[in-house]
Amino acid sequence: MLKNLFPNKILSFSNKLFSFLISLMLLFVFVGLIFALFLSPSDFTQGNSVRIMYVHVPASFMALGCFAFMGIASICALIFKIKILPLMAKSLAPVGSVFALVSIVTGSLWGKPTWGTWWVWDARLTSMLILFIFYIAYMSAWKFIDNYEKANRVSSIIAIIGSFNLPVIKYSVDWWNTLHQTSSITLTSTPTIHYTMLIPLIIMFIGTILYTLIVFLMRYKIEIMKFKLDKRNKEN
Amino acid sequence: MLSYKVRSRFSFFLFIILSLSFLIFIVLSSLEESFVYFFSPTEIYNKENLTFNTKIRVGGLVKENSIIKKKESIDFIITDLNKEIIVTYSGHIPNLFSEGKGVVAEGKLQDKKFFIADKILAKHDENYMPREVRDALKNTSK
Repeated sequence: MLKNLFPNKILSFSNKLFSFLISLMLLFVFVGLIFALFLSPSDFTQGNSVRIMYVHVPASFMALGCFAFMGIASICALIFKIKILPLMAKSLAPVGSVFALVSIVTGSLWGKPTWGTWWVWDARLTSMLILFIFYIAYMSAWKFIDNYEKANRVSSIIAIIGSFNLPVIKYSVDWWNTLHQTSSITLTSTPTIHYTMLIPLIIMFIGTILYTLIVFLMRYKIEIMKFKLDKRNKEN
Repeated sequence: MLSYKVRSRFSFFLFIILSLSFLIFIVLSSLEESFVYFFSPTEIYNKENLTFNTKIRVGGLVKENSIIKKKESIDFIITDLNKEIIVTYSGHIPNLFSEGKGVVAEGKLQDKKFFIADKILAKHDENYMPREVRDALKNTSK
């Protein structure tokens, strides 16, 4: 199955399978949003502001997840010299960076009515902003460095250094006193979010993951084609 | 599978990663104070080098029945269920500010027990519960 991600196979990725993925994603996102915006209850403390969480939480999660993947792919590419890994990381960066931006913007929109401010320089918010900056740096390296090997090396290093920020983001709310609240969903304890809100959140999570996968595949196809074209041009 | 080249690259990166992690850990633990957004009343109580004229933030829960609304200002107590600090504030109050809920006050410390705030932020906890469920729970506990 993984062989399908190799250059020769990806270009013949079935359009039917792709359309199926898109339909599935649309279904999850549509149902998720209906629940998020209308059918789920409002919170007893924050009222309807809670509905921003249904977008903010999956976006934040994906922003971290994509960068984690980029970091792992970059390090494996440097150690094992697997050619497709940098291309995969490169394809994931645009989606991840948009999710990081969405996380910050939706967070601000939520913060104003609940906390009373658009932004604070606490550990969680500041480290998320740093993550966004690392995304921009990563994409800039690929864009502005002409030589492929050099761009690959610089961007990989940016991804690896940026990966150290990921545990900081995740545990910032536990390690330091922050304005941002601690995690409601953890691996070790029961969720502190009621099931009527947790289920729509999970639906939105799945929809977001599918969306990321689709955009990644679209981008990846293009990157492979570009790579092959460059290789052919160099040979001529 | 693991040729000499791969193994040596692996060891090199492992070394770099371990030393970077160690360095970052050292940096983060020494810069503790600039990373915390606020101090709890207990942390203020135990702090050695208290400064009384610099901006500082105190956070915790608003103690039940401690809010006193005066004409120009509001007084309340921030507690972390261990130590308390009295806060006085005049200005706009955020929507979610209420007794029993989290708050972060920014301003100047007058002494270990008294704080003059020029800005307050309501802090939301990690619990999400529909109003109906909360009311139902309240009724059953009565």
